[in-house]
Amino acid sequence: MLRHLLKRLALTIPTFVALMFLTFVAIRLVPGDPVEVRVGERGISPERLAYFRHELGLDQPLWRQFIDYVMQLAHGDFGTSFVTNARVASEFLALFPATIELSLCAMLLAIAIGIPAGALAAVKRGSFYDQTLMTLSVTGFSMPIFWWGLLLIMFVAERWGLTPVSGRIDLIKYYFEPTTGFMVIDAALSGQKGAVLDALHHLVLPAIVLGTVPLAVVARMTRSAMLEVLHDDYVRTARAKGLSPLAVIGQHALRNALIPVVTVIGLSVGSLMAGAVLTETIFSWPGVGKWLIESIGRRDYPSLQGGVLLVSTVVILVNLGVDVLYGLINPRIRHGQ
Amino acid sequence: MTAMAPSASNTVAASLDASGDDAGLSAATPWRDFWSAFKENRGALIGLAAVLAIALVAIFANVLAPHSPYEQFRDAVKAPPVWADGGSWHFILGTDGLGRDMLSRLIHGARVSLFIGVAVMSVSFVLGIAIGLAAAFFGDVADVLISRVMDLIMAVPSLVLAILVVAVLGPSLTNTIVAVTIVYLPRYVRLVRAQAMAELTKEYVTAARVVGVGTLRLMFVTVLPNCLAPLIVQAALGVSDAILEAAGLGFLGLGAQPPLAEWGTMLADAREFIRSNPWLVTLPGLAILITVVSINLAGDGLRDALDPKMRKS
Repeated sequence: MLRHLLKRLALTIPTFVALMFLTFVAIRLVPGDPVEVRVGERGISPERLAYFRHELGLDQPLWRQFIDYVMQLAHGDFGTSFVTNARVASEFLALFPATIELSLCAMLLAIAIGIPAGALAAVKRGSFYDQTLMTLSVTGFSMPIFWWGLLLIMFVAERWGLTPVSGRIDLIKYYFEPTTGFMVIDAALSGQKGAVLDALHHLVLPAIVLGTVPLAVVARMTRSAMLEVLHDDYVRTARAKGLSPLAVIGQHALRNALIPVVTVIGLSVGSLMAGAVLTETIFSWPGVGKWLIESIGRRDYPSLQGGVLLVSTVVILVNLGVDVLYGLINPRIRHGQ
Repeated sequence: MTAMAPSASNTVAASLDASGDDAGLSAATPWRDFWSAFKENRGALIGLAAVLAIALVAIFANVLAPHSPYEQFRDAVKAPPVWADGGSWHFILGTDGLGRDMLSRLIHGARVSLFIGVAVMSVSFVLGIAIGLAAAFFGDVADVLISRVMDLIMAVPSLVLAILVVAVLGPSLTNTIVAVTIVYLPRYVRLVRAQAMAELTKEYVTAARVVGVGTLRLMFVTVLPNCLAPLIVQAALGVSDAILEAAGLGFLGLGAQPPLAEWGTMLADAREFIRSNPWLVTLPGLAILITVVSINLAGDGLRDALDPKMRKS
């Protein structure tokens, strides 16, 4: 087990180095001198330009610049935004809870509906319910979520007035300093009446939009994993010894079917982050995804660079965690090599 | 994954044949085997029919579109579709904010989207085979290097990586294709590499080596045909992923640029009319959804028909 862990950890290191290299190179390939881009329309004298280039280390050879960049990162310095002059890392940390809150709710939704729905489809294989669910699953899996979001806004929010159109909370009614960054928790801590409910109300549509693709995937995965174990010997044994169908399915079949499903859920963090970019843009959700898109619009390359690096780091670490957890759940790996 | 025929001169058909073990039917015609398995799947047939229809629309866009997708009818801006109040047969699906005919733009959009999908798929297919086989055959340094680069690409969330690429290259149709290809390349490379590595342990490869078959011939003529079945499935499903990703980029303003009729870009343009002219938002999205669902249905059918394990169940 320890060896498995160390091996995985060792494999992650080159990925990190390559990631740093990628963001380093990408930012240098962006057209325009960073200093001139920063100065913008105002213009700058050649002497000042040379001075700033020296200050920023841009007159150094590239390999030197890369080492400096890595050293900066090692000190937790992910650059400074061109636009706000704030540290990229602190901007990221301030916005990231919003993205986590949204992603967690989307995933919870996908799990809470997807697993029972998929398991039931496997048990009632070939039924009308099964066919309907699989059709819905293909549709959900193929959904252009930016359109899905606009449709929901159009009908649920605008026409029927059931939910707010955008944002995380009604800022006119409620105001409190963020303590955790998670709006629902902060709302609860503030003690203002109705704040928690309002925050949840704002979460519904974005969570549905971001949760749609994972929901389709989870339902499908659960169904096929269930179909596989339903024919296994131990399920037959459980049936033969007279356990109730619910016990057979719930305790014996589903438990084993869930191993691959849990892995898929864990490894979908990357696609959740990709989906969050679109979802946050549609709902004006002040998270990391919306921030990245805005950084491009403002030509704020340090934010883009640092943001991509940080988002990817999170994804790599979560995937690593899932891998290790998978080793813990799956006895074949736990006791194996 | 698929059963492999131990022959050095395989064709795609032969590898399909090896996986097609529908006993009783004639094994002589692998394509018939494949088709008989495929056509049992109603969803796959519907998907295939829809894909063909959309492809025809894309090919004959110039003939089918009632108007030019760029012509602005200034006296008919935001005309409603024919079924709504005030709609007319002149603009069957209405016009957009600049008075351009929606139906014509949607028809030409099919061309753009399918072009992106097929271009990404073809480039990834060829590069995936070349890089994947190189990793499998040349081993050691090449393999480690290739695998790590692919790990890296997979570690960055797809859309985030595409955004980074577009930020560097600038938004355009070509760069959309480049960005989406980079994002999806690892899937092809990994698949080819894993398949080829599994094949390399088999006896027919050893036999071919013993007879003195050269490395290039071994790679492309002996081993590659036996890796193709899952790769074809990946390619089919890859088209729909590419279309979705490109539409997402277009929606964010980072893909194809106006006035090109691209479905994602059209959606982004229509956002401001979400309250007043809902069909401007509904139609392009529906076009994306129908296209992607059709390709996925057909792709799923393809996978089930090529994979004997799925076929039995």
